[in-house]
Amino acid sequence: MPEALLLRGARVIDAAASTDVHADVLVAEGRIDAVGLGLDPKGAEVLDCRGLVLAPGLVDLHTHLREPGFEYKETIASGTRAAAAGGFTAVSSMANTEPVTDHAGIVAEIRDKAADAGLADVFPVGAITKGLAGESMAELGEMVEAGVRVFSDDGNCVPTARMLRNALVYAKAFPAEVVIADHCEDPSLVAGGHMHEGVHSSSLGLAGRPGEAEEIIVARDLAIARASGGRIHICHVSSAPAVELIRRAKHDGVRVTAEVTPHHLVFTDDDLVGYDTNCKVNPPLRTPEDREALRAGLADGTIDVIATDHAPHAVEEKESEFDLAPPGTIGLETALAAVLTHLVDPGTLSLPRAIEAMSVAPARILGAAGHGRAIEVGGPANLVVFDPAERWLVEPPFASKARNSAFTGHELTGRIRHTMLRGQLTVADGKVRD
Amino acid sequence: MNRHVLSMHDLTADDVTRVLDTAESFREVGTRVIKKVPALRGRTVVNFFLENSTRTRISFELAAKRLSADVINFSAGGSSVSKGESLKDTALTLQAMGADAIVIRHSSSGSPLQLTKWVEGHVLNAGDGTHEHPTQALLDLYTMREKLGRLEGLRVAIVGDVLHSRVARSLSFGLVTMGADVTLIGPPTLIPPDAPTWGVQVSYDLDAAIPKLDVCYMLRVQRERQRLEYFPSVREYNRLFGLTGARAGILPEGSLIMHPGPMNRGVEIDSDVADLPQSVIEEQVTNGIAVRMSLLYLLLGSGGVVGAGGQAVPGEVARA
Repeated sequence: MPEALLLRGARVIDAAASTDVHADVLVAEGRIDAVGLGLDPKGAEVLDCRGLVLAPGLVDLHTHLREPGFEYKETIASGTRAAAAGGFTAVSSMANTEPVTDHAGIVAEIRDKAADAGLADVFPVGAITKGLAGESMAELGEMVEAGVRVFSDDGNCVPTARMLRNALVYAKAFPAEVVIADHCEDPSLVAGGHMHEGVHSSSLGLAGRPGEAEEIIVARDLAIARASGGRIHICHVSSAPAVELIRRAKHDGVRVTAEVTPHHLVFTDDDLVGYDTNCKVNPPLRTPEDREALRAGLADGTIDVIATDHAPHAVEEKESEFDLAPPGTIGLETALAAVLTHLVDPGTLSLPRAIEAMSVAPARILGAAGHGRAIEVGGPANLVVFDPAERWLVEPPFASKARNSAFTGHELTGRIRHTMLRGQLTVADGKVRD
Repeated sequence: MNRHVLSMHDLTADDVTRVLDTAESFREVGTRVIKKVPALRGRTVVNFFLENSTRTRISFELAAKRLSADVINFSAGGSSVSKGESLKDTALTLQAMGADAIVIRHSSSGSPLQLTKWVEGHVLNAGDGTHEHPTQALLDLYTMREKLGRLEGLRVAIVGDVLHSRVARSLSFGLVTMGADVTLIGPPTLIPPDAPTWGVQVSYDLDAAIPKLDVCYMLRVQRERQRLEYFPSVREYNRLFGLTGARAGILPEGSLIMHPGPMNRGVEIDSDVADLPQSVIEEQVTNGIAVRMSLLYLLLGSGGVVGAGGQAVPGEVARA
């Protein structure tokens, strides 16, 4: 691996500084050494990046790495491989591991394993409640000391208003901004449900998860955040009424951020008609009207972040009956291309805004120092270079251990060429380095 | 064309008519002393039943045997996954045993469609979860057409727990395809909110509908659902939505009372009503065998498809 690399002639999207220019970027010793036109390589290896886009490395606020406990689905090594392949330099790791990431020991274990794998930085998300059981608070303080900034009970909605209120209030104790993130679906309304309740659920004979299940919990969480001054993050928003609630709360100054997944931005419950278990996700894919509201909410800044909810499962788990298949789709390797194809190319979202939502904003929320930064001299060289025009067909195998992608069989535009973590190429010419 | 029988949505009006016409020629076979024709000799039909069912399995078994097919019954309580084997692996096993047709009954909606991705043979849906039960719908259509002479324009009420009923779905879709006028009636909690998109009417008032019906089709009340608080009590259900003797008395002359079985006498249908002359519940069962013979014959014995492309039953086959 050369000590210095000159990335020649890329379109440089610097979402943090809101600039969009063509420039050369010289990287040396893990940092950006120079930015400008016609830079002298000074002995550095030159990568021709003309026609390509260079941006801060992507950051995923919602990733399931499955380790410890579910290594048959994904490992920290395979999950960070998938991250690098998708242009990510940092990912979170959700707390629904076995044992649950609800104490500092597990946080340290995940960090250590990720450091060994070395393909992307991993920022563990801690559980809000012990064992994700929704009953008693986990030791948030100790996990904050271990570097955790985001807490979430993952797929479990914090079941009671009282528990959520206590967590939001308690988290104010810490000097760092600590975020309580919630999966917003009322448990009593979605129990036993497998897809959005609507036209298709009724004719497919699948029990539904109604949209109001999300609206109810988002309203609850926002009311508590408003009253307590706590800092709430709404995970994977999926419905139009929830977007509108968040828009109004932000207008009123409530401390709220929100994320949306690429699959909710692209697919709807129409895609469930063939009982494709890869399209079975929680919260469920909803109607075209909901999808439009999500796109609009992302464009106007109501929704801050695009997060993958990368949820790997074993082949045999997804090749089962629809109601028995676990929910979730992998997403790291298709996220950027999905956003480029379905939002940027049609003009819904500018490229700088897309990079902001996939790098700058999630890095800020996750406390991922060194990621999502301005592309300026002295900054850490955590970068992605992609071809915005290359079309490709999504099909296995993936860098991920899993293959349960909702995008399987779909053509996307935009392909990762290089991913760089602290000056080292984790992906070179589209191939993940081991 | 349809290599499989998965959903009534897949069948056009012409397809349905062809299936019913073919069933008509097989109906007579069941009245003979030797109830057998050689149409499917050497073919293998697997009854793959992952959910308890006696009447549907026996009906399919009789249908296949009367066509001289070899029949294998593969039953298991619960899902294949619960036994540690995936649906796909089980399907591939049946495939490897040379199944020409797989009749599947499963508690999971959509599993017959999934099966078609993994096996070469024809797949017949014998009821999947709360999705569909197309062969039940076809035997019901057969019975209505036989008794009333037509399907187009018939006024049919489907009464009860539509939300959890695969029979209600398939029958609604089939009746709408054939131009009938369908009203779903039941407690609002048991009618899917989007049911009007099926092309049917929705009503919560059985008494208002009764005097105008050609067919009053009662659905079985799943007693276990009651726990989920969809309605307050069996008593109140019977009072509002049960086919009582008084309501049966208001049904127009010549109208039919139908039920897919098994009945909960005293819940959705009063015992003496089930035994009235206009009740055709037993004939539904008898017709079920002929309709299933028709489907197996059209898939395995003629052109391999249901609908256009399949050949009509040659007279000598039906008479042989």
